[in-house]
Amino acid sequence: MSQALDTPPAASARPEPPETDLAALAARHGLTVSGARPPLGAYVRQLWGRRHFILAFSQAKLTAQYSKAKLGQLWQVATPLLNAAVYFFIFGLLLGARKGIPSDVYVPFLVTGVFVFTFTQSSVLAGVRAISGNLGLVRALHFPRASLPISFALQQLQQLLFSMIVLVVIMIGFRSYPDASWLLVVPALALQFVFNTGLALIFARMGSKTPDLAQLMPFVLRTWMYASGVMFSIPAMLEDKNVPAWLADVLQWNPAAVYMDLVRFALIDQYDSSYLPPHVWAFALGWAVLAGVVGFVYFWKAEERYGRG
Amino acid sequence: MADTPQDRRPTVVADGVDVVYRVNGTGAGRGTATAALNRMLRRKQTEKASGVRRVHAVRNVSFVAYRGEAIGLIGTNGSGKSTLLKAVAGLLPVENGHIYTDGQPSLLGVNAALMADLTGERNVLLGGLAMGMSREEVKARYQDIVDFSGINEKGDFITLPMRTYSSGMAARLRFSIAAAKDHDVLLVDEALATGDRSFQKRSEARIRELRKHAGTVFLVSHNNKSIRDTCDRVLWLERGELRMDGPTDEVLKEYEKFTGASR
Repeated sequence: MSQALDTPPAASARPEPPETDLAALAARHGLTVSGARPPLGAYVRQLWGRRHFILAFSQAKLTAQYSKAKLGQLWQVATPLLNAAVYFFIFGLLLGARKGIPSDVYVPFLVTGVFVFTFTQSSVLAGVRAISGNLGLVRALHFPRASLPISFALQQLQQLLFSMIVLVVIMIGFRSYPDASWLLVVPALALQFVFNTGLALIFARMGSKTPDLAQLMPFVLRTWMYASGVMFSIPAMLEDKNVPAWLADVLQWNPAAVYMDLVRFALIDQYDSSYLPPHVWAFALGWAVLAGVVGFVYFWKAEERYGRG
Repeated sequence: MADTPQDRRPTVVADGVDVVYRVNGTGAGRGTATAALNRMLRRKQTEKASGVRRVHAVRNVSFVAYRGEAIGLIGTNGSGKSTLLKAVAGLLPVENGHIYTDGQPSLLGVNAALMADLTGERNVLLGGLAMGMSREEVKARYQDIVDFSGINEKGDFITLPMRTYSSGMAARLRFSIAAAKDHDVLLVDEALATGDRSFQKRSEARIRELRKHAGTVFLVSHNNKSIRDTCDRVLWLERGELRMDGPTDEVLKEYEKFTGASR
């Protein structure tokens, strides 16, 4: 085997950089820059090629979460149930925030709100750490980095499906029985999933640059939760507050409120369309497309920079 | 063997490569809150003054690797060997210079994708998918991976969570998963040091086999014997700089003199 470069094997002297133009040599043999960002179309195709990894990774994360607990996977259902119980105790019994909502609707109303909002909340929080918390993976293997935030959003979707089991039981317990309108849950949650994935992608890029976001975001998200009407009805709350009517619409058009209202509308019999803001489905679709497209492109733009220490 | 560079195909070209790590929360303020505030308020300051330490891990390294070569990377601890490998794999961005590659170089390492709380079985699937194999490929190779790792020699361990494995067992499974795939340019980082003697022999054989299929192999090791056995060319890095590049025997002789003298 011969030597590639004619560098003198002198012990202490550093070899001179070869005189030949290395870039030209690389170009002549069709070599490409290592770790360069692929064009958007190719990126989407790569991502599609990794769909099995994305799914397997999300399921693995979900399973690993409770694998040390004695009750094991039962916690998938018990955690949302306990969450709902805490909120019911505080806002239903202690504070009585059920203004404008009949009391037999309030529990399903509250629990639906908590579960649907948690879906968005945990997707964002997982998104912030998707890259910064998995640097080892990013630095060891090749895959389109968007796999990670998407996988985390998918994990939250599966988590939500466990919560939905709890929700169905609660609905039936409060005499909202399954009917055709329940099918509307599917498009509502599908749109919310796209919206969440977009947010997760945006925050994954921001979190990879500024890991401090992981400390800050819980507070931002909690504020968002209290402003979105998780435990109260926005129009009923503003009714006697002497504020312009459009303000209620604007508050109800915020994406978290839109998706919560749609799921409530689908599941709870007494929660009819009078509680919904105008054009609610258009907003649900618009938010999903906006967040999804912007998030994806924004994330892709920094693809080659993820993993820098 | 062809001697002129003209009729040999380069697989990796490194052209004046610098790799720099930036570490927050060190330097003047040593990570105190005031130092962090200072850093945020005075963005425009030089990085050193604002408490960000720059670690210049690889300095102006140039080389050309050709198809069919097995190249050893040697140097004392912290000399930038692993960093250079990661840069070649395109996993660490370079500060200056360029790295051109033919196809996708892959690091032989899958540790980070595996989860200690999952069974060995699921980790084989997860690791295989993470390396870019298809579901069918992983299924087809599953038995080979388990047999090669020898995890099941002492009972049915593959269905237990990986956190219950001894460190040697876990390392064997990791290597077996990582070595299951064929690569164009293969980068091996100290993988041969794991496991007991019989497993080491098996993995050396596997590396030689992978080398036959791969265009070029890079091997980082502190074991001069395994470098001598597998490599025909050696790059010697010291403090991030390329100190020597040449045939294995010549470079190793100088390197042994250097490490012997510095002791």
